[in-house]
Amino acid sequence: MSTIVDAGGLSCPQPVLMTLDKIKEIQKGEIIVKVDMDTSKENVSRAAESQGWDVADIQKDGEGYQLTIKKE
Amino acid sequence: MVLKNFLSTRWGIIGVGAFIGVLAPLLQKLGNPGNMGICVACFERDIAGAIGIHRAAVVQYMRPEIIGFVLGSLIAAYIFKEFRSRTGSAPIVRFVLGAFAMIGALVFLGCPWRALLRFAAGDGNAILGLLGLIGGIWIGTFFLKGGYNLGRTEKTYTSVGWLLPLIMLGFFILMLIFPQIKGEAQNGILFYSLKGPGAMHAPVIISLIVGLAIGFLAQRSRFCTMGAFRDLILFRQAHLFTGLFALVVFAFITNLIVGQFHPGFVKQPVAHTMQVWNFGGMVLAGLAFALAGGCPGRQLFLAGEGDSDAAVFVLGMIVGAGFAHNFGLASSPKGVGPHGIAAVIIGLLVCLFIGFTMRKK
Repeated sequence: MSTIVDAGGLSCPQPVLMTLDKIKEIQKGEIIVKVDMDTSKENVSRAAESQGWDVADIQKDGEGYQLTIKKE
Repeated sequence: MVLKNFLSTRWGIIGVGAFIGVLAPLLQKLGNPGNMGICVACFERDIAGAIGIHRAAVVQYMRPEIIGFVLGSLIAAYIFKEFRSRTGSAPIVRFVLGAFAMIGALVFLGCPWRALLRFAAGDGNAILGLLGLIGGIWIGTFFLKGGYNLGRTEKTYTSVGWLLPLIMLGFFILMLIFPQIKGEAQNGILFYSLKGPGAMHAPVIISLIVGLAIGFLAQRSRFCTMGAFRDLILFRQAHLFTGLFALVVFAFITNLIVGQFHPGFVKQPVAHTMQVWNFGGMVLAGLAFALAGGCPGRQLFLAGEGDSDAAVFVLGMIVGAGFAHNFGLASSPKGVGPHGIAAVIIGLLVCLFIGFTMRKK
């Protein structure tokens, strides 16, 4: 069961803020982040990695992306 | 996915910062105003003058750099399939933020890019401007942490995202139809400066090409001076900051080489020494940029990739420049304008109103 962060339609820094809030909340596990801009995809990946999370998967999701980030 | 976007990596953003850092002083060498190789706020203000939104005779010129920024970004966004026409994230708020950002920048006399370029050319007054910028962004981060949010955008017709690029193209066509005539303050509907910063410019074609190149690279790298400080304060993340740092270092070196480094506070080109308002103007501008999610350059690049809310911010800045000169809000080398201080205070109150009332609980 993974948690979903829907940052569709939001521009930076909102997707990053939302992802970091969720990371802080669940500490470890799997989060699916939905974004619709390449910039957000890059920013969320960078932020997750800086917190010691892995970007496990990036899928095209319509016009945007669905990122799966994980921490064991 | 294999082909990663190199320009959005650490070395990519450093390269883009360095590229701008070298080219801006060279544009100055080729004719642009002092320590104003590139200034998004000043150049949009000059465009406002060129089309007669204000009639300050010394700052009227259709700056091809601005046109190039938008069109270069549009080209990059199309080549790399990143053009997304989007709209609806509180456009009126972005218009107001753009107008006050411009007013704040014109009290200091420069956008963040020019603050960095002034600093890299030895203008000590720019330090106060940069401190103000950081202060304004710092205030903005409290709102961001407190849930400030202008809402989601919606996908829309492709042509919506084309409107600002088309306006810029239209401006360029006007410039071709009514080019500058030596010694004439007007050709057809366009105004030109005979003296002052508006009369100083690099050759049109060079300005345009440099603008296009920077627009292209900045779209790919997401270069943003406001984001540089915001991410550092908010996330302790230095990615964008490294680009800004590279800009300053390379501009400094280039200025040294071409003889444009003159350290000091007095008699700096297009600058004043009223430090409280160098600081205060940029607090206003920095806060407005933070609330709108990008520095003026970034807003142009976003507008080029289809963000019509960023386009509204740009139009707000151009209209704000009109107010700034018509109402005596803009500074000059003599100091702040007669109503500049009042405008900064009103602008800060408006930004606080926006920041406090537009929060998702």
